[in-house]
Amino acid sequence: MSRTGTFRVWRGDATGGAFETYTTPVAEGMVVLDAVHQIQAAQANDLAVRWNCKAGRCGSCSAEINGMPALMCMTRLADLPLERPVTVEPLKAFPVVKDLVTDVSWNYEVKKQIKPFRPRPADADGQWRMAQADVDRVMEFRKCIECFLCQDVCHVLRNHRKHAEFIGPRFLVHAAALEMHPLDVEDRTDDLRRAHGIGFCNITKCCTTVCPEQIVITDNAIIPLKERVVDRAYDPLRALVRLVRRGP
Amino acid sequence: MRDGRVDGLEDSLSPAFETQEYDVLVIGAGGAGLRAAIAASAAGVRVGVVCKSLLGKAHTVMAEGGIAAALGNVDDRDNWRVHFADTMRGGQYLNNWRMAEIHAKEAPACVRELEAWGALFDRTADGRILQRNFGGHAYPRLAHVGDRTGLEMIRTLQDHGVHRGIAFHMECTVIRLLKDGDRVVGALAYERERGRMQVFHARAVILATGGVGRAYRITSNSWEYTGDGQALAYEAGADLIDMEFVQFHPTGMVWPPSVQGILVTEGVRGEGGVLRNKAGRRFMFDDIPPLYRSQTADSEEEGWRYTQGDRNARRPPELLTRDHVARCIVREVKEGRGSPHGGVYLDIAWIRAKIPHAAEHIKRKLPSMYHQFQQLASIDITEEAMEVGPTTHYMMGGVRVDAETQMSAVPGLFAVGECAAGLHGANRLGGNSLSDLLVFGKRAGEAAAQFAGQQRAGQIDTEAVETAARRALGPFDRAAAGKGEGPFELQAELQNAMQELVGIVRREDEMQHALEKIADLKHRAARVAVFGNREYNPGWHTALDLASLLTVAEAITSAALARRESRGAHFRDDYPQKDEAAGRTQTVVRRGPDGAMRVTREPVSQPPEPLRAIIEEFK
Repeated sequence: MSRTGTFRVWRGDATGGAFETYTTPVAEGMVVLDAVHQIQAAQANDLAVRWNCKAGRCGSCSAEINGMPALMCMTRLADLPLERPVTVEPLKAFPVVKDLVTDVSWNYEVKKQIKPFRPRPADADGQWRMAQADVDRVMEFRKCIECFLCQDVCHVLRNHRKHAEFIGPRFLVHAAALEMHPLDVEDRTDDLRRAHGIGFCNITKCCTTVCPEQIVITDNAIIPLKERVVDRAYDPLRALVRLVRRGP
Repeated sequence: MRDGRVDGLEDSLSPAFETQEYDVLVIGAGGAGLRAAIAASAAGVRVGVVCKSLLGKAHTVMAEGGIAAALGNVDDRDNWRVHFADTMRGGQYLNNWRMAEIHAKEAPACVRELEAWGALFDRTADGRILQRNFGGHAYPRLAHVGDRTGLEMIRTLQDHGVHRGIAFHMECTVIRLLKDGDRVVGALAYERERGRMQVFHARAVILATGGVGRAYRITSNSWEYTGDGQALAYEAGADLIDMEFVQFHPTGMVWPPSVQGILVTEGVRGEGGVLRNKAGRRFMFDDIPPLYRSQTADSEEEGWRYTQGDRNARRPPELLTRDHVARCIVREVKEGRGSPHGGVYLDIAWIRAKIPHAAEHIKRKLPSMYHQFQQLASIDITEEAMEVGPTTHYMMGGVRVDAETQMSAVPGLFAVGECAAGLHGANRLGGNSLSDLLVFGKRAGEAAAQFAGQQRAGQIDTEAVETAARRALGPFDRAAAGKGEGPFELQAELQNAMQELVGIVRREDEMQHALEKIADLKHRAARVAVFGNREYNPGWHTALDLASLLTVAEAITSAALARRESRGAHFRDDYPQKDEAAGRTQTVVRRGPDGAMRVTREPVSQPPEPLRAIIEEFK
């Protein structure tokens, strides 16, 4: 399978840029990141790209390939139509730094605003006992590699730029992992409703589609959290109880 | 924190400096760096962390198997004494015995602490932390969560750390340690985004930079692992020890070519996976080292029972130490019994014959492996065998440190995790790395905070800063002048030389040849040229990393030449046997007064009587 592929790679920085076309040899088993590295080593030493593990485990090499948010290290060239040029461009929900690298620091700031893990007291012998089934329930959320592809595809962030009001799917998954953690006793429901803007999510499930870890973000993380918020804030019976408690 | 600017030269490439001030500066944000930063911050000092990548992306995420700690949850015969004895045997008794003792004693508390910070582990039937079998460990000892324990660990530490007010400088690379007299008082770094130079003032500096895998062509390590910590410490005057001991993990992917070297967890073998050659033979039964004969299964049946938790069974030979398994694989391939793409077969699918719902079981126990082979190689590991071969994985050698505090011979300079040395001796047991990061990360953080509290602020030598910064910008000047080689070619040449000449099986003449090659590359690296500007320029980053890579490559090769025997991860074709005298000495590499690398052999401290008795008891 010795042939060449054509790649249209976005080159530029915060002030602007354009696609540049490169051709590079394609060998069996290659992924998009391999092609980008070949181009970088042979034709464009200063082509900026983030990567680390090259095995879909660290979530560094997020980009948009032929318009779809994906990890470059897990997108095989064999699965792309190579008779056409492959376009590779940076994530759109975050400011460009250079070429394929974007400024994702907003995500790190958001995480600081979510109340941290707070465990219940340990058993008498200082250990915690929990059932495997309870652990399994949150494992799905804890698989998240923080690639931020879900943030990138989410229209609330990507198109409506609600970064100041909405934490995005990644951090709703994070909140779900904490809320459903077998030991956690913190309450994040009011934060989810107000500060974290969970109401902005209108369940289009694009985040679930792009998740490289196959986390069923919308159904398993966001909807249960929405239910908690609704139970707390909008249940008429609870509202009545609150009213009575507050008293005349 | 103090922010300021010291302006340098006037031209466009001038090294203008930003400055930051901390009590403790941690270089590296993998498990060791994060644990150290948390400990230092808990001690009440100002902590800054500098890391080459984004937070949470360090190589710790790739750790799959688990954290070794003698919790005794699965087999109550386990305790710190057995863990200590296993670690010493695995390291062929070249370990720093005090580090091995501290590690075995303190690992269980460190695992429980991680749980208190939110980490979730798989559970036993009675709800406690589950432990799995791993190579060289007598009992099921690895606390784990599926095959993504490293991710669980780094995310837990990261999330705990950000809520402690630790300052993180992401995508920032340290290129030089700064000294005031004998003492380390800071570091010079560049940040990737704009290429600006940063001067960090600190009363104590902790190196937690990880390994050296990028010195080789086939490696499980990412671009970051260029031996920065080892090289920075060496330049600052610290000793490096055990540099000849590079761990080649026996099972990396071999096909397709683009994924060559990516790790296949030892957990596959812990769960019952077996190694076969092309004739279908379990070749690991053919060569069992004397030190392990009494602990190894006699039959395939006994080995299987061991992986399924039978307390009376002995472990299958696939779970012998990594150095030995890697060499057996090399032997099979060399003698023509390998798989089509130059590896051997690792088969977990065969357990279908043993247990019901095997496919579901495999997917639950080894989800990342299932995913990795499915996506990158179109192989369903529940149906087919994997092709695997050795990959450069871990550096046992590194900065010589004090066992109690992790401080190097240079005052104010600490080292922890993979870039430090001592715990693992000639070979590291799987699972002992994550526990190493926690146990000694905590100790280094506490000791560095205490040290920082006792020091006055140091004086930064501005001239040294200017000189180092100017040198770092040299590649741009040479490109402007139209001369010099590109950095990627040089890096590839070094990787090929180390792979071919200082790999799993070593020989005097080949290593001499490697030293000549390294000398030539050093000469050429000093004239490397980089095009473009300083903003996020991987060519420039690669050029700067070359200096560290060349230093560690020279240290590895020189140390390997000096050890004229075969022991642990170091195997010499021309000295294939162990040598008792050599087994009591270790190789020390340090910078001579003339700037040249010096290699000496020094006696290894022998354990005191009570610990010797423990070693004998479990032999």
